[in-house]
Amino acid sequence: MNLTIFLLALFDGISYAALVFIVALGLTLIFGVMRILNVAHGSLYAIGAYVTVSLSGYFLALGFAPVFAFPLMIVSAALVGVALGGPIEWLLLRRIYDKPEVLQLLVTFAVFMILEDVQRLVWGSQPYFEARVLQALGNVTVFGVTYTVYQLILLPLVATGLLLGLRFFLRRTVIGKLILATTEDREAAQSIGIDADRVFLFTFMVGAVLAGLGGALASPTTSILPGMGADMIVLSFAVVATAGLGQIGGAAVAALMIGLGRSFAVYVWPEVAVLVPYLIMVLVLLVRPEGLFGSPVARKI
Amino acid sequence: MRDTTRHPTSDSAKPGAMPSIRAILTLLGILLLAAVPFIAPSMQLLINLALAKGLAVLGVTVLLRAGQVSFGHALFFGISAYVGAFLMASLPGADLILVLVAGVGGAVVSGLLVGLFVVRYRGIFFGMLNLAFSMIFWSILEKFYHVTGGADGIRLARPSVLGMAMERAGFEAVIFYLSIVLMVVLGWFTLRWFASPVGQIFQTIKTNETRLEYLGLSPRRVLLSGYVLSAALCGVGGSLMALTQGVVTPEYVWWVRSAEMVFIAVLGGAGSVRGAFIGALIYEVVRIYASAFAGDIWQLLLGSFLLVIILFAPGGIMGIADTLIGHRKKSGQRAATAEEAK
Amino acid sequence: MKNLLTTTMLCAVLPFAALAADKPETLKIGMTTFLTGPASVFGVPARDAMNILVENINSQGGVNGVPIEVTYIDEGAGAEALTSEFRRLVQSGGAEVMLASISSGNCQTLAPLAEDLKVPNLMWDCGTQRIFEENSYDYVFRTQGNATSEMLAAVTYLLKTNPDFKTIAVVNQDYAWGRDSWDIFRTALQVMKPDVEVVGEFFPKFGAPDFSTEISRLQALRPDVILSTSWGADLDTFVQQAFQRGLMNTSTFVLPLAESSLERLGSSLPAGHIVGARGDHYFLHPERRDDADFKSFMAQYTEATGDIPVYPVFHASQAIAALTAAYDKAIAENGVDWPSKEQLVAAFEGLEFQGLGRSLHLREDNQGVESQLMGTSVQSGDYPFATLENIMIFDGEALLPPLGEVSLDWIKGLDAGFADSLTISTYEN
Repeated sequence: MNLTIFLLALFDGISYAALVFIVALGLTLIFGVMRILNVAHGSLYAIGAYVTVSLSGYFLALGFAPVFAFPLMIVSAALVGVALGGPIEWLLLRRIYDKPEVLQLLVTFAVFMILEDVQRLVWGSQPYFEARVLQALGNVTVFGVTYTVYQLILLPLVATGLLLGLRFFLRRTVIGKLILATTEDREAAQSIGIDADRVFLFTFMVGAVLAGLGGALASPTTSILPGMGADMIVLSFAVVATAGLGQIGGAAVAALMIGLGRSFAVYVWPEVAVLVPYLIMVLVLLVRPEGLFGSPVARKI
Repeated sequence: MRDTTRHPTSDSAKPGAMPSIRAILTLLGILLLAAVPFIAPSMQLLINLALAKGLAVLGVTVLLRAGQVSFGHALFFGISAYVGAFLMASLPGADLILVLVAGVGGAVVSGLLVGLFVVRYRGIFFGMLNLAFSMIFWSILEKFYHVTGGADGIRLARPSVLGMAMERAGFEAVIFYLSIVLMVVLGWFTLRWFASPVGQIFQTIKTNETRLEYLGLSPRRVLLSGYVLSAALCGVGGSLMALTQGVVTPEYVWWVRSAEMVFIAVLGGAGSVRGAFIGALIYEVVRIYASAFAGDIWQLLLGSFLLVIILFAPGGIMGIADTLIGHRKKSGQRAATAEEAK
Repeated sequence: MKNLLTTTMLCAVLPFAALAADKPETLKIGMTTFLTGPASVFGVPARDAMNILVENINSQGGVNGVPIEVTYIDEGAGAEALTSEFRRLVQSGGAEVMLASISSGNCQTLAPLAEDLKVPNLMWDCGTQRIFEENSYDYVFRTQGNATSEMLAAVTYLLKTNPDFKTIAVVNQDYAWGRDSWDIFRTALQVMKPDVEVVGEFFPKFGAPDFSTEISRLQALRPDVILSTSWGADLDTFVQQAFQRGLMNTSTFVLPLAESSLERLGSSLPAGHIVGARGDHYFLHPERRDDADFKSFMAQYTEATGDIPVYPVFHASQAIAALTAAYDKAIAENGVDWPSKEQLVAAFEGLEFQGLGRSLHLREDNQGVESQLMGTSVQSGDYPFATLENIMIFDGEALLPPLGEVSLDWIKGLDAGFADSLTISTYEN
């Protein structure tokens, strides 16, 4: 493998990892705070993409410039968080925090099944593709290979921005500190006057916004069709578990490992590219069951 | 740590001198199933698929008794099915018994190997690691097309039965009654296993694992034995499913199927042996009729059904049944009601 | 046990025991199609088309006065639901004929089932050539061509329009169709133009959302020709990403299923790439576009769905045409009011029928002989998407192996002269 190919694989891996990371970020945030593995996360991702395509299709048809799609992505992500994330937490999850974990997980699985059909009822079965914003940003050519600016530069920038932003938010702002306190010990937090219900609702909505944003950002690069969320959810599970559940920085590293592993596999041995994320996950979990960056939970007797 | 599942104590309730309502109902249910080919022949295949799934769900149920949830048990379901299909491809006309034994053997061996790794983990990590193993196997099935047939899978030709070649109708009748017999035998065996010393210790992993260590017992070894049992049960289900369908595809191992098994286990009543089969029957009927009569929104209906069960009857169908029986027979089922009230 | 067997068999056979059948109130047929899942890009248009076609037939009196009633089964609901529903429709739903299916995997599962249930089954869309080459059936018929004829037409068209290319790469979906179609294509290419080098083979997983890495590699490899037999969202994504990154300017794409994606790809499919349609299926079919039945159906379909018809619509039209033709033939040949099942099955032998494309007939092995249409994309400005120019329509007969021969073995025996031996009609657009 010469240097050129190495660099090409590196670029492909990074742009892929950026997208996976954005989706996994919401998943790991929700798990870290609420201890719920949200299977419906994949559906929220898909719906974020659908809403973006519908909105930008509508506004671009009115004659707006393609870059107008960027604010629309944020609007779509916010819509997913408020219109779906909020009700899911408020109407369903809130009722079962005292129930076994498996039931919580199954509730999100049920929501996933429902949302899969809702996507098809609303948007039909034909795939959508809306890439004008990506084309507007143009291409760059590296070693004779053309990349889109959107995938090679913008997505990694957004991913880095979200990582740093979320860390800053959790550590430096009051709401962030409330969230961390609730994560640490829900009862103690409540006893000092934190409204844990509101913290959970807020966290879930932020997680849902991130899922929707992942979908929104993915939408110019891929076909939007029913079922696109099912694959994404397993992949982001792999990222989150490899990193250690609830590990935000770790998720970035794990997403990079999986993204690079996959793109190098396409260059070296394409047949195993699909296997890579799961192989990495198993290998990491076998050596470090709590994930790369997770800390072993103290066992309560 | 939160309690992961509840024990329906009813399964282990000691039968009194009189046969309990539960026993009578169980017997009636089995007889009703056995009569299906005569009273509702068009339901036979559907029920057969449900029974096969029920056996796999029983495997998941076993682990639920130890408080562990696996999101990858479709792995053993699929391994068993593929072993059968490969066997039939290399030995045309092989016997049904051989296909079943080889399939379950494959599930047991892989259960032992995977089990050696995963029994070190608990809770969400246990679930995720199982998921990872099943997804690896799924990717291999999808990828190595020239060996595995890829996403279209491979056909499992009809085996002979005790040396006789069979037509479809006869073969399906054989599989149907074989499934009922296996359901009764393995269901009974699982109940006995729960009551055995190993089974008792196994269930302690859920309530208080540390105490086991203080007693000088190895929770890992105990969990491993339960894990292998659960893999074997999934294997039986997978082989029966493959024999009934005549084709095996990677979809047998896809994570949604694993989740579906957990879903059915909870629907039936997490931890309940009878619930596994009742849950599978109800699930399959709802699913088929939803897809037949509600066209393209069957997933939505199924998801809503699941939500209603979890939110309003978290004890599952067996929980509802317990409440009903409990009202009629208060003294006999005090334990069950006490559990409900918890 | 013996009793039980007899009972079960009786149950299966009884409804069909009569020799000459009474005229039913409705002719019930079942059709398996994808209403959910990725392949619903084919299944839903086919269902919409079927509804229109059946309504048209019924408004003209149905089959010998009997209206047709179609029940749809969702192939996307999983194999268990599919087989259970298939049987339910046949055994207790009163379906006289079944139309199954889109997925080749489902065809492989349902063909033996239909044979065991002794219900006539028309394979209306699945492509695998294996079915009739590996088994023979009495009740299963295919009302369209198969992968062999489709791929041979694609290879021939490529050789006729780009005789000088040296290198080729493939990006197919990783499942039976993607693998089998490449096997056929590569084998045919090797005998018809042995100097071509295969520089890359990629099989990204079915439903892959991203081909960026494959495209980077293709840009580094710079093959003259890139083949992809993908369809649906996979094809859309691949072509869009390739277009975005300029790959379509440096390589010629051969896309044997792109007719079904033309409208969705819009301006992202530039001129000069080879497009196929799994048969002679094209909403501007050069031989059929001025015919009254063709025009009126196109108008009805576009009014009902807002889209242009894609090849599964044509396949649905061929299946229903074969069905009605077989009933008419059986009724006429036997001088009965309504044919028995045996009479119906006999009528399928050598049946001629015409859907929205050219006329087709069934061979002795129950395989349909379907013409193949290939063309080159052009952005003419008449539509907001690419249409075809330099169209060739290949006669189907010579694209299939002779009776009893296996496709791959037969293709290995072909040579460069094969392309010239074919009967081809050429049209500018």
